[in-house]
Amino acid sequence: MSQAKLLRHLFALMISTLLLLPLATTADEGEKESLPFSDLIMTEPTQRYSDETKCVAPESEMRRNHMEYILHQRDETVHKGIRTRQFSLEECINCHAVKDDKGEYVRVEDERHFCATCHTYASVNIDCFQCHADVPVRSSKMHKLQSGLSPHHSNEPFAGKLASETLQLLTTED
Amino acid sequence: MSETSKPMDPSRRQFMTKAGGAAGAAAIAPGVFLTTPAQARPADQPVSSDKRWGILVDANKCGTGCNACVSACEEENGWGSANPSEDDSSAEQQAKWIRKVTIKDKATQHVTTLPMMCQHCETAPCVDVCPTGASFKREDGIVLVDKHICIGCRYCMMACPYKARSFIHEDLKDQLPWAPRGKGTVESCTLCVHRVDEGGTPACVEACNAETHQAMFFGDLHDENSEISRELEQHGGKEIRADLGLNTGVRYRGI
Repeated sequence: MSQAKLLRHLFALMISTLLLLPLATTADEGEKESLPFSDLIMTEPTQRYSDETKCVAPESEMRRNHMEYILHQRDETVHKGIRTRQFSLEECINCHAVKDDKGEYVRVEDERHFCATCHTYASVNIDCFQCHADVPVRSSKMHKLQSGLSPHHSNEPFAGKLASETLQLLTTED
Repeated sequence: MSETSKPMDPSRRQFMTKAGGAAGAAAIAPGVFLTTPAQARPADQPVSSDKRWGILVDANKCGTGCNACVSACEEENGWGSANPSEDDSSAEQQAKWIRKVTIKDKATQHVTTLPMMCQHCETAPCVDVCPTGASFKREDGIVLVDKHICIGCRYCMMACPYKARSFIHEDLKDQLPWAPRGKGTVESCTLCVHRVDEGGTPACVEACNAETHQAMFFGDLHDENSEISRELEQHGGKEIRADLGLNTGVRYRGI
């Protein structure tokens, strides 16, 4: 009789441990605040990114929701002509461009390309670059087209926080 | 290029007769006008119907054999000779945002040449027929293709009376950041929307002025003091295929 009672106690203890175990682990993870794909070695953004000049939103936010920002900006720009620089795809590319050993920007087919590093790892196929430029357009091209008044080509300061710094670096490099 | 044979509608006649008097309203002396330079819209503000962008082409000044507007468009937007990715497509399949058209009057042998591109219609047939809403007119009258939504059915190409649109048949490389283009979508003149949004002038107009032909004017058709409106008031400008009643944003003189 007492043996059966002991077994029942043991069983109850086992069940409660099993139930409590996940709670303990989640509490642990909450403290660490790990990023999605945190085990992934990502290409570091090259110049134009520093502790002072951070990304347009916190890293954890960008990793999870960058597609939402780009999608929203896309419709605003195409249909309403809103051309703020903060969440513009062109500005992402300008900042996160990666150069190879020869000093040439790597294209999106190359797994070192900033977008490709993560999207290859996550097996998410993106078609942005079937139409959009996957590397910054060289300053030589910009100077050639500078006759217009467009900030894409001119030295006018833009509305976005990153843009003027980006442009300065774009025009001074090479 | 047929002209309407309909009698001139009375409101238009009134407009024309009034135009002479109105033209002087903003003038303080002959040839001197009180105009304010167009203020660029802030980047975070949406476009509004306060403006309607248009181009006036003076075919009498347009140079025979001059291709400056076409080359400037190719260069600015990265198509044709400025992007060799379309090599496998036949000439009539390749992108054509703007083209030079030469017409000859058989009776007088008079040759007229003019640039032909998207006419940025107020009631655009391409917008009417688009099954997905990809072909649309912006508030400020610029007709565009949202290539994110375009399914490449090419219905708009059939609907356009000006043959202004083209379809991309093959994978492209090295597109420009301000002019994204891609396989399976329809495209046409954007009125250099990326320049216009920042207070600039379309590349074709700029090139025409640089060639000293001065055959193209760009501006706001709703602003009666803009150069294009004054030119239209004083010397007029026709729509091509005016019989269709599309109220085009691109007008021609000397045709």
